[in-house]
Amino acid sequence: MTAIGAMQAEYCGHCGGTVAGALFEDVVEDVVEDGTVIGGGTVRKGTNGERPTSHPHSTSDSHQGCQQRLAMEPPRYCAQCRRRMKVQVTPLGWSAECSRHGRVSR
Amino acid sequence: MTTQTTHRTPAGAAYAILDIAREQVLERGKGLNEAQLVEILQLPDEAIPAAMQLAHEVRLKHCGEDVEVEGIISIKTGGCPEDCHFCSQSGLFDSPVRGVWLDIPELVKAAKETAATGATEFCIVAAVRGPDIKLMNQIKFAIDRINEEVEINIACSLGMLNQRQVDQLAEWGVHRYNHNLETARSYFPEVVTTHSYEERLDTCNMVKAAGMELCCGALIGMGETLEQRAELAAQLAALEPHEVPLNFLNPRPGTPLENQGIMDGKDALRAIAAFRLAMPRTVLRYAGGRELTLGDLGTREGLLGGINAVIVGNYLTTLGRPATADLNLLVELNMPIKELQKTL
Ligand code: SF4
Ligand SMILES: [Zn+2]
Ligand SMILES: [Zn+2]
Repeated sequence: MTAIGAMQAEYCGHCGGTVAGALFEDVVEDVVEDGTVIGGGTVRKGTNGERPTSHPHSTSDSHQGCQQRLAMEPPRYCAQCRRRMKVQVTPLGWSAECSRHGRVSR
Repeated sequence: MTTQTTHRTPAGAAYAILDIAREQVLERGKGLNEAQLVEILQLPDEAIPAAMQLAHEVRLKHCGEDVEVEGIISIKTGGCPEDCHFCSQSGLFDSPVRGVWLDIPELVKAAKETAATGATEFCIVAAVRGPDIKLMNQIKFAIDRINEEVEINIACSLGMLNQRQVDQLAEWGVHRYNHNLETARSYFPEVVTTHSYEERLDTCNMVKAAGMELCCGALIGMGETLEQRAELAAQLAALEPHEVPLNFLNPRPGTPLENQGIMDGKDALRAIAAFRLAMPRTVLRYAGGRELTLGDLGTREGLLGGINAVIVGNYLTTLGRPATADLNLLVELNMPIKELQKTL
């Protein structure tokens, strides 16, 4: 039951907020899989860099703090669709998987 | 939230407690009591190097020069029904951590990679209140597969156990079980409401009685007072765990403690010294949050200040220093990695 509006946005892997330069053509709603909300939230059209309301800990700057955090933790949100990813951390690596956009790892 | 005590002991009195600690802990091997630990935690900044030096001497005399290296891994991440306010894996908070299970081949691969670093401990962790039959079966299967392919001690951390589960884990060769007290008894209700301190103690005591080594840790920097930090160290000492992993709060997004500030680095160093002076013979392990609280230099300071074990590489949901950074540091400090001894 995906409800992503048409968009060409990119999202912060740490907080799920939109990154500067993102373009919205529609509102992003909750992303639901198996009856569970796994991502999304409400973002107003055209509000580049604005925090998504469902993630109040995100910043409204250009996510510099988030970038620093991403040196110390794996991304939690898909950069393409802002779904929350399934993240596995092992002693020597990590992987993060979006059900729509695949897996990133290190 | 309780406010932090900022009182600091005047320099003269500070050195008095260090003299007492030298005679009591270093010479006689008797840990400091709660009131004495408060004095250590209140040391002025200029006394910190002396306290760390003493803690290092205590560690060398009572534990030796070896450093125990461990890797930890989550077999079941997220979706926990408990409400530990620091934890991104609680299913009760708006945390970005999704529930996920690690499959056994990945677990075995991670055990192999961990052993290749020289680590002798591999701890399998699950975000649960306690294990159900499905998880116990997974653990049994995982232990058998790892033992077939990897030379490493297996530890587990699966929440609260009943007696039958304790007996099963001991029988399957789990050599150490982790169950943290996390914080002082007097502060626990501020941090966890879905289970009690006594329930935690029950599991710890059952683990010890079954002959497994008890790993029982602390998480400091959650807003507890210095007195409560000393209380925690004394309560851990009374349990006589084989190992104490010392964690520093890394405030996680979406948790009730997300806005708690990062602990002051000097307070973290005081705490390391205090925990060593409370428990002269315990394996004292650097665990989560050290990178954030103490930065890159913190690992060196800790290893020269009472710490004698590290978690190598990543934590359960966050990343640690590269494994090679810690391993190279051990070489530089002339601290040998503890060798593998299958104890069970
Ligand atoms: S029991 Fe463990 S996994 Fe569950 S919320 Fe508490 S610390 Fe997190
Ligand atoms: Zn961000
Ligand atoms: Zn995606």
